[in-house]
Amino acid sequence: MAVVDEQTRAIVIGAPPPGAAGARHRRVHFTRDLPLLPLAILVPFVLLAVFAGAIAPYDPTEPIPGAKIFEPPFWMQNANSLAPLGTDFQGRDVLSRLIFGARVSLIVGVMGTIVAGSIGTILGIVSGYLGGWVDQAIMRVTDAWLALPALVFAIFLATMVGPSMWNIIIILGLVYWTRYARVIRGEVLSLREREFVKLAEIAGASSTRVILRHILPNVLNSAMVLASLTIGVVIIAEASLSFLGVGVPAPEPAWGSMLADGRSMLMVGAWWLTVFPGLCIMMVVLATQLIGDWLRIRLDPQLRNL
Amino acid sequence: MSPPLLQVEGLTKHFPVTTAVFPRRQIGWVKAVDGIDFAVDPGETLGVIGESGCGKTTTSKLILLQEVPTAGAIRFDGEDISNLAGPGLMRYRREVQVVFQDPYSSLSPRMRVGEIIAEPLQIHTDLSRAEQQERVAEVLDLVGLRPEVAALFPHEFSGGQRQRIAIARALVTNTRLIILDEPVSALDVSIRAQIMNQLEELQARLGVSYIFIGHDLATVAHISHRIAVMYLGEIVEMAEALELCDSPLHPYTQALFTAALPAHPDDKREKLTISGEVPSALSPPSGCRFHPRCPKAMARCATEAPERKAVAPGHSVACHLY
Amino acid sequence: MPPLLQVTNLETHYVSFGGARVVKAVDDVSFTVNEGETLGIVGESGCGKTTTCLSIVGLLPPASRIVGGHIEFGGKDLVHLSQGEMRHIRGAQIAMILQDPMASLNPLFSIYWQVAEPAYYHRALRGRSLRERVRELLNAVRIPSPAMRMREYPHQMSGGMRQRIVGAIALAGGPRLIIADEPTTNLDVTIQAQYLDLLKELQHETGVAVIFVTHNLGIVARMCDKLAVMYAGKIVESGSVRELFDSAQHPYTKALLGSMPKLGSKQKLLAIPGQPPDLATLPPGCAFHPRCSEAMPRCSLEEPGEVRIGGEWRARCWRAEPQYGQSAKAIDVAAAVAS
Repeated sequence: MAVVDEQTRAIVIGAPPPGAAGARHRRVHFTRDLPLLPLAILVPFVLLAVFAGAIAPYDPTEPIPGAKIFEPPFWMQNANSLAPLGTDFQGRDVLSRLIFGARVSLIVGVMGTIVAGSIGTILGIVSGYLGGWVDQAIMRVTDAWLALPALVFAIFLATMVGPSMWNIIIILGLVYWTRYARVIRGEVLSLREREFVKLAEIAGASSTRVILRHILPNVLNSAMVLASLTIGVVIIAEASLSFLGVGVPAPEPAWGSMLADGRSMLMVGAWWLTVFPGLCIMMVVLATQLIGDWLRIRLDPQLRNL
Repeated sequence: MSPPLLQVEGLTKHFPVTTAVFPRRQIGWVKAVDGIDFAVDPGETLGVIGESGCGKTTTSKLILLQEVPTAGAIRFDGEDISNLAGPGLMRYRREVQVVFQDPYSSLSPRMRVGEIIAEPLQIHTDLSRAEQQERVAEVLDLVGLRPEVAALFPHEFSGGQRQRIAIARALVTNTRLIILDEPVSALDVSIRAQIMNQLEELQARLGVSYIFIGHDLATVAHISHRIAVMYLGEIVEMAEALELCDSPLHPYTQALFTAALPAHPDDKREKLTISGEVPSALSPPSGCRFHPRCPKAMARCATEAPERKAVAPGHSVACHLY
Repeated sequence: MPPLLQVTNLETHYVSFGGARVVKAVDDVSFTVNEGETLGIVGESGCGKTTTCLSIVGLLPPASRIVGGHIEFGGKDLVHLSQGEMRHIRGAQIAMILQDPMASLNPLFSIYWQVAEPAYYHRALRGRSLRERVRELLNAVRIPSPAMRMREYPHQMSGGMRQRIVGAIALAGGPRLIIADEPTTNLDVTIQAQYLDLLKELQHETGVAVIFVTHNLGIVARMCDKLAVMYAGKIVESGSVRELFDSAQHPYTKALLGSMPKLGSKQKLLAIPGQPPDLATLPPGCAFHPRCSEAMPRCSLEEPGEVRIGGEWRARCWRAEPQYGQSAKAIDVAAAVAS
């Protein structure tokens, strides 16, 4: 609303009341504000991933003793009570594989995002702030990088260096940094013209100082929102890589490879081998996207208070 | 007579204008600042008044070394600042500071007030943290704020308080010259007087010089010792503040006075002597730049640009009428 | 003659943080505007002057509502009109001019279409008569070569010209009242003077009434017949311009007058200590008392009512009541203001 200017807005909309009324308001505001649905989905998965060893009933890489292959999930006929979600083509427990698979997906998702975010943010800041030929060079590299199809590139790198969890993390980081660089550079370009940055320069601050103390803290918000939205993408990418056989190697369970293995088993009617890992991927990615959206609104001071 | 703190001679800044598409050809110059001379003495305030396009912002950028002059020299303490490097440059940065118009974007939103004010200290000195905090408390007191505010963030303050913080930051390294670029224009009326009084008090106490850039004649005249009137990149008149208010000589200055708002409904209003708008700095009028709008223009004014010369002690004007 | 616009006990509240914070942006505001008159509403950020104007034209932002009072215009109470009915009044009978001409003009449409729009919708003009009207309007606001300018776009014009276009748009529907919210704040001094002269001429020619919202008392001195000073959502003093400039009764009015630097005088400015209050946490009693140089104990306990000083001159201040009179400090202030 351009009609109500910034000063008036600050006075009228203003800060929550201090003191007792304010504390009550802050409590109410906080709990009302939390994104309950995505957290309700994500927190259990995180707990599963962390405590996989303690929670999973069986070793995910070994067949369950006393169970056959292709046991169906518990609510169907001929189910084996030992394997509540059924067993796969080697007789391994689907539930345990899902639980350990959560660990892989979440670790790769988060770490991959951190790698991508770090590379992208640094390049974006350097490019945006220094400008000139540095900016041009970095932007041309970004353009070229973007022209490569992400997954194909990932597959290429994976086949070159060989699959292992850490390699996958680094590869995915290398593939997805470009969106960060672009967005962060845009923010830095406008930040650079803000008066407090100019003041720092006039006071004699070195470029390093300006970047670290003035630019970086102010792009962190965008970086965080972007990160939460990227986690989903990276998880899917990892699943795709595993699906294609170049992700985390067997027998370590990953949702993507479970999908791949299960695909051919659909012929024999073992639908639970694909549906459950697919559902897991879908729920986790949905949850991260919703959290990303909540963060975006939360961190934008303009929208927050209405 | 002590030498002036800042001396500007023939300062010129032309911005090249190029075509937007490759190949880039130059099609002209924006003559933002065209040969201006002035000096600022220690402890005095030079007011600069002018409308959009007059070059006052570019002049301040040149003094702050944010732009490089096309021609002319700026001397600080006798030394040409374009040759400064290393410790000399740092010394200049320490002694010349600026306060901008918008209090809402001149403070880093994610830094505490104490850190914002201490930053110049961190850049230029090696005072310990405790010593820094002491100095920060000192300048906060100078601008009328309690030392406890150092722990707060800028968004918790009003516009007037933020300007005080900006002024404190500008003073923290024993600054000798502060450029004030419309420092009170964005503030509420009741706060303006507070800040103006504070600035005057600080000058009396610390002997700091100001270059006060403004668009409101009454405000600029109130705080300045001398005033320079700028039009389209040139200084058309310069005089002591009261002298200028008593007898403005240049037709543009006179127009500014007739355009100024009255202080009382019954104040005698002279007819506005000026019409039209400021022409573009890309192709300024020939001769005297003001002649197309000047009610007293003569034939000579279209062909010959007048030099600024003294017509009374301390009062100079660039006009063929004199 | 009945007044053109009569606002009585208007109350507009902003509600935020889910009800935890209620701001009385406009609190019991009453004023009148007669045909052809110019009323100035003066105040600082957050005092409620813009919200008052938005309340009149029914363009309040989402978080706010009119909760009480009447706005009588043309025989109807605007508070109770639907948005559809308000649309017939906005532009046709009441027009607004805002501060930033670049924000008021649509960059994608030509000047012709923007100026023509109110005449098209409200006066149902078409074709040649519409073109004539647009040319008339552009001439009225002193735009040279209107036929050529009509085809141009906002970005091709300077700030001063844009603000005149905005003025032409405001006049296009033939309104009886124009509300101008800080229309000259972004303009250069000489352009501002030209614009104000133009506005005065247009008022003479068309007889339109104007509400001038500003924080600049100089504009009020130049343009207005009457003045209402607002603070923290209330009108603290109102009356004719001469009455207030000569002998203001409310300490805030006096302080505003005293804080203006006067050309050619180096006298120390009268600064009001403190800052404008947070409207959600107003102090008890008179909202101005923490900053008031003439405050008495009663001021912090009870809100002053409106005291009628004479004719239409009113002030909300305990000091204006005859039994209290002015304090010694006030005499100093008055002397400072008068000099």
